[in-house]
Amino acid sequence: MPKDGGIGASTKRREDVRFLTGKGRYTDDINIRGQAYAWFVRSDVAHGRIDRIDTSAAEAMPGVVKVFTAADFAGVGGIPCGWQVTDRFGKPMQEPKHPVLADGKVRHVGDPIAVVVADTLEEARDAAEAVVIDITELPPVLDMKAALSADSPKVHEELSSNLCYDWGFVEENKGAVEEAFKAAAHVTTLELVNNRLVANPMEPRVAVGDYESHSGNHTLYTTSQNPHVIRLLMGAFVLGIPEHKLRVVAPDVGGGFGSKIYHYAEEAFVTFAAKQVGRPVKWTSTRSEAFISDAQGRDHVTKIELALDAQNNFTAVRTETYANMGAYLSTFAPSIPTWLHGTLMAGNYRTPLIYVNVKAVFTNTVPVDAYRGAGRPEATFQLERVIDKAARELGVDPVELRRQNFIKPDQFPYQTPVAVVYDTGNYHATMDKLLQISDRAGFEARAAESRARGKWRGFGVAHYIEACGIAPSNLVGQLGARAGLYESATVRVNATGSISVFTGSHSHGQGHETSFAQVVAELIGIDAGQVEIVHGDTSNTPMGMGTYGSRSLAVGGSAIVKATNKIINKAKKIAAHLMEASEADIELKDGKFTVAGTDKSVDWAGVTLAAYVPHNYPLESMEPGLEETAFYDPSNFTYPSGGYGCEVEVDPETGKVTILAFSAADDFGNIVNPMIVEGQVQGGLAQGIGQALLENCVYDENGQLLSGSFMDYAMPRADDLPSFNVDHSCCTPCTHNPLGVKGCGEAGAIGSPPAVVNAVIDAIHRAGRTDVTHIDMPLTPSRVWQALNA
Amino acid sequence: MQLNDQRDIKAAPDVVWAAILDPQMLQAAIPGCESVSGSVEDGFEAVVTQKVGPVKATFTGMVRFSDIQPGQGLTISGEGKGGPAGFAKGGAKVRLDPIPEGTRLSYEVDASVGGKLAQLGSRIIDGFAKKMADEFFQRFQQAVEGPVTVAEEEAAPEEPAPEGEPKKGWFKRLLG
Repeated sequence: MPKDGGIGASTKRREDVRFLTGKGRYTDDINIRGQAYAWFVRSDVAHGRIDRIDTSAAEAMPGVVKVFTAADFAGVGGIPCGWQVTDRFGKPMQEPKHPVLADGKVRHVGDPIAVVVADTLEEARDAAEAVVIDITELPPVLDMKAALSADSPKVHEELSSNLCYDWGFVEENKGAVEEAFKAAAHVTTLELVNNRLVANPMEPRVAVGDYESHSGNHTLYTTSQNPHVIRLLMGAFVLGIPEHKLRVVAPDVGGGFGSKIYHYAEEAFVTFAAKQVGRPVKWTSTRSEAFISDAQGRDHVTKIELALDAQNNFTAVRTETYANMGAYLSTFAPSIPTWLHGTLMAGNYRTPLIYVNVKAVFTNTVPVDAYRGAGRPEATFQLERVIDKAARELGVDPVELRRQNFIKPDQFPYQTPVAVVYDTGNYHATMDKLLQISDRAGFEARAAESRARGKWRGFGVAHYIEACGIAPSNLVGQLGARAGLYESATVRVNATGSISVFTGSHSHGQGHETSFAQVVAELIGIDAGQVEIVHGDTSNTPMGMGTYGSRSLAVGGSAIVKATNKIINKAKKIAAHLMEASEADIELKDGKFTVAGTDKSVDWAGVTLAAYVPHNYPLESMEPGLEETAFYDPSNFTYPSGGYGCEVEVDPETGKVTILAFSAADDFGNIVNPMIVEGQVQGGLAQGIGQALLENCVYDENGQLLSGSFMDYAMPRADDLPSFNVDHSCCTPCTHNPLGVKGCGEAGAIGSPPAVVNAVIDAIHRAGRTDVTHIDMPLTPSRVWQALNA
Repeated sequence: MQLNDQRDIKAAPDVVWAAILDPQMLQAAIPGCESVSGSVEDGFEAVVTQKVGPVKATFTGMVRFSDIQPGQGLTISGEGKGGPAGFAKGGAKVRLDPIPEGTRLSYEVDASVGGKLAQLGSRIIDGFAKKMADEFFQRFQQAVEGPVTVAEEEAAPEEPAPEGEPKKGWFKRLLG
């Protein structure tokens, strides 16, 4: 096996050839003959009653094909939610209607009210100005705690309140947790905000609908992370189109970070409208629209308490969180602050008792759903911040306090008090590795050098756990998921030995076309160039669940391994026939089949050719051809973990924080392509640091989005970031998937925000300002300065 | 956003009061105002073109008077729809007090914007609203007091620059 192409090789990403030369084919590159263009008229108030919509002037404008309003969608279902959470009292969450176009009320700035379809984009846009909409403004619901008061206006009249659910986990432990707090030698309390973020993938969302009247076939081209999920949700719940009449294609997609998981109204609209107007219909989001229509992330307000005994052992954790759902339930929104958050509150620690309370609240803001990490960054942030605060209160080293409470290497598999079982991990090893690569020993000297320049230097650590490889279908079914979370693969071996792999995973920056090919090449022992990865089209890939939750290699890769093993088993039978040997004696190595103990051999292409030209073939016992499909449903989550260290310098005069160094020691289990893994970690770190220092989604008191462009929403840029020090040599392979992999896509965004904030607090404390115990993200110069000058 | 300010107008309160209620005066005072029609009782319809940061739009909207206390004060509120640019609305509580020089006009302004104006222009909206209010009352004052003479206008900039100014600059440069 050539090591530049198999498992463990840093093979250069083959997809980059087209991405870097402008040859990528994105949804907006798809233009169908005769297509019309859609322009959405959106609400510019946060909350209001629609009194009147007059489209007559717009319909008379040049080029206008049709103007759609909610009335056109009377016979159509609403946008569905894919996860039903059950509250502390055993009742299902409150689930409001989510019409394709606003019906009677608008509930956030950006809520679509009408759509103009016209011959050209310019005509659609001009006519949109002529759509007359009279709205009576209603008082907006914005603050989550106020939203739950009895006299608050309601976002949805049909619900009893603005509370989606009041979730307790583990509810049975609540009493025991309270007892543990009473018995604690020390309790550390921290109130914090996990700031709302806008995903901002480089490519805005696009959807093109097409309809073939003679066949009744619909096609939707869309910027999606999971085309099969969109087909199922939109076909079955919104438009009533059976799968065989609906094809969903997600071609090259320029980043998603979670925001392209969900089924959006615009997708249903173009699919529906294409049939209505008898022409393909295209919608391309502007950046401004993306800010008010893409699902946003995070937005938790949390109080966390940590109880410790007299020896500084963690005895209990208790949290109370308000989680913003926005105006409607996005596809997976209810699961994020619950099952993807509460189950991670043990972190890397042996805390025996944990109680997590989450109140999910409707507000007149853009819907909130998963964003890179999804629930796990929120869990990690509060836990790693409260541990740091406890260490400072107790006067102990934050690293030692963590180490003392870590789950020990010999305690795996480890059953946490929050349902999940960690299969493997070695947190002491990743922490040691972190201290080594970040040269913590040399920190004091560096701090002295900063002091001499009038700057405050600080060092912060965080240690994260995440649950990836989402997810065992029977388990998530019990937890309220309305979908299975397996993955699929079809491996089609062609006659001359080349291979096409059809995967249900979807690559939108992860490099699947390269790393998946490495896996297949390794298993068979052929050159990776012989293997092509096909994804993103429901018409040629088996039903799969797509890419999110760092699941692609762990779940999708495992399906590919299963299908490839089926191929190898059949190929061995063919080889045995060709060499007139017993199947049990056939060995496959470096793309060649041999009979053990003899010099007989037949190469890979000899077998594959026999499968398709079966002149000499056991047709009585075996079908010709060489193509296999496999579905893999994981038996557990995977649990990547790691130690992150951040070194900052704070300018006490201006409050500006500069990140001087950032080190990440991750345990991702086995690694297929180290270069891709490093890229994933670096990208995650950039986003996590963006959240910690720069990004903040802000609504004003009227529910107007103030941070609605890149002038006001600060994305991290290269000059905000240091050169990262990334290590993944610590390896405890996953025990329950065939590759022993854990997933790496979200780690950087999960582990970095608490490391950054801990470092800033460390710098401030070292300068003697121990009165500053917390600053809410983003730690902008203004916030840090205000904390120092309060 | 909110802001409070005041200006002294060299005219009696009843003159100022009459001016406030005059639509011609309103049109002259609202920056970028293209037309005003209507009455005190029914409100005025105004068309205003303004550029806020990157967004330029023509707003059509209503200006209404309320809390009318003749000769003493009133509340002016307006709401303009700028089509795809969003909307702007605001109000000013205006109070007139007699002073020896004429009338002291005090105002409390609050303004808010929505839609694209808020999304793209929020960072500059406070400064914009202050500029609009200042300009409105400045123009109003000028309209009431009558045109400023050329001599006055030219004399004004001279005032804050005393004779020693150039020397000071030179001296500072030397030290710097």
